Amino acid sequence: MLNFTAKQLAAELAAKRVSSVEVAGFFLNRISTLGKDLNAFVSVDEEKTLAAARAADRLIADGKAGPLTGVPVAHKDIFCAEGWLTTCGSKMLANFRAPYDAHVIGQFNAAGAVIAGKTNMDEFAMGSSNETSFFGPVRNPWQTECVPGGSSGGSAAAVAARLTPVSTGTDTGGSIRQPAALTGICGLKPTYGVVSRYGMIAFASSLDQAGPFARTAEDVALMLNVMAGFDARDSTSLQRDAEDYARDLQKPLAGLRIGLPREFFAEGMAPDVAKAIDEAIAQYRKLGCEMVEVALPNMKLSVPVYYVLAPAEASSNLSRFDGVRYGHRAPAYSDLVDMYKKSRAQGFGAEVKRRILIGTYVLSHGYYDAYYIKAQKLRRLIAQDFSDAFKQCDVILGPTSPGTAFKLGEKSGDPVQMYLSDIYTIAVNLAGLPGMSLPCGFDRANLPVGLQLIGDYFGEAKMLNVAHQYQLATDWHQRMPQGI
Amino acid sequence: MSLTIDDVKRIAHLARIEVEPQEAAQVLTQLSGIFTLIGEMQAINTDGVEPMSHAQDLILRLRDDAVTEHDRHAAFQAIAPQVDSDLYLVPKVIE
Repeated sequence: MLNFTAKQLAAELAAKRVSSVEVAGFFLNRISTLGKDLNAFVSVDEEKTLAAARAADRLIADGKAGPLTGVPVAHKDIFCAEGWLTTCGSKMLANFRAPYDAHVIGQFNAAGAVIAGKTNMDEFAMGSSNETSFFGPVRNPWQTECVPGGSSGGSAAAVAARLTPVSTGTDTGGSIRQPAALTGICGLKPTYGVVSRYGMIAFASSLDQAGPFARTAEDVALMLNVMAGFDARDSTSLQRDAEDYARDLQKPLAGLRIGLPREFFAEGMAPDVAKAIDEAIAQYRKLGCEMVEVALPNMKLSVPVYYVLAPAEASSNLSRFDGVRYGHRAPAYSDLVDMYKKSRAQGFGAEVKRRILIGTYVLSHGYYDAYYIKAQKLRRLIAQDFSDAFKQCDVILGPTSPGTAFKLGEKSGDPVQMYLSDIYTIAVNLAGLPGMSLPCGFDRANLPVGLQLIGDYFGEAKMLNVAHQYQLATDWHQRMPQGI
Repeated sequence: MSLTIDDVKRIAHLARIEVEPQEAAQVLTQLSGIFTLIGEMQAINTDGVEPMSHAQDLILRLRDDAVTEHDRHAAFQAIAPQVDSDLYLVPKVIE
């Protein structure tokens, strides 16, 4: 059962060779042993999980099972789930028991999936290593002195360590794709607006998107089928005809044009990452794809642009945490303003405070035009570069991350060093395009390397096709960390 | 542009986050580093470019002016730090 994909598990469950309760028990056991060492979970609730499993068994018995009924799914602790602590990796919400379900949680419940627990994450989704969590860092199952990536580090580590077959994450600047790359699994960020953000604690509202983690592209498609769709409660949710994201998996790739941005391949990639990506390109040529050089000339600005826009939006979104209605309130204060200032200083960690301060500054009087508006203009140029590139290719390919999993503490001293590691992922969020990471090899230290695919708007099915065909010809996605 | 300690204090007040004097110097150093990164934006000419605030050209949807939500204030206030008679309690503001 350890290595069953969600699809295989669902088949076993539907054939009644195993029950949801047995499956849940198996993974809960792994979570309580191996999961503790990795610190992948903030909340585990065996009673709630087994209750969901029993409900799934009833659906199966009644012949009403869907593709994910009875399958355990771990959720990033950024999704409000009624009755569960929803901490967002922060002291600010360490006592917050959500009074409602996020849309994503509701979709999985309706599909009969079994909530396996709430996973650890960088505080308020701000981070690229899962080292800023109030609940301590998550460890990479491939090498436990290394980070799993972030901010969805717990969800990625959980799937890589086979604590759960699939999980959910969110991606604002790479927080699904980068941990997927560093832990050797698949992670997908949909086109902006495809998955509802209702009940998903907001970091940067014009950039945030929820998406799935799994070991196979096929499972990612099944997950996306559950997660995607219009929700009237999210004003940025798109009304579109329903799609089956698995519909194109089997298409042969002959004649597909893959765009290789020269800026992705210029410099900055670790040699072993470059080598693994080159070998993946060779594999795609064998599958009949045509490589096309494309240009994304404004891509190098994506890091400064993001670190203006995301903190600006975060400073607005996090202003709701004031100790009045929920979350941390300081135990002692002299007046209302002092209550706000102390509650927020105590409740937020250093990285979150830094980003709120940057955001406040760039939105303040006298600086708004030079920073915030300037960044929005550059955002349009970056998005335009992608539109131009997609006139010449069907999908874009490159590395997800310039390096592999680094050691805990290695980059946390200098925020800018950490920010620069997002160089390949950030532009995708700025443009609102879909992107995914899939495993394509290992470095000399046996740490995973991830390959990034970027699709045109609503190009998820095509991206999944490109990923699936690669996974039929290679086996990187089946590798397992030692000792798990 | 370069940040000063007074800027840090001013922004901290705007953000309603207490920054202790001994913290302020370290915060200044870190923020200055980040602003050096952000400063790279100024190198590109953006005359005539429309700001892009969003991935989609959105118009907010309208709906019927009808009651759709249920009163769940008890559930929502059960998790509040201090509540009395359905009101959230905070330090007195008006003398």
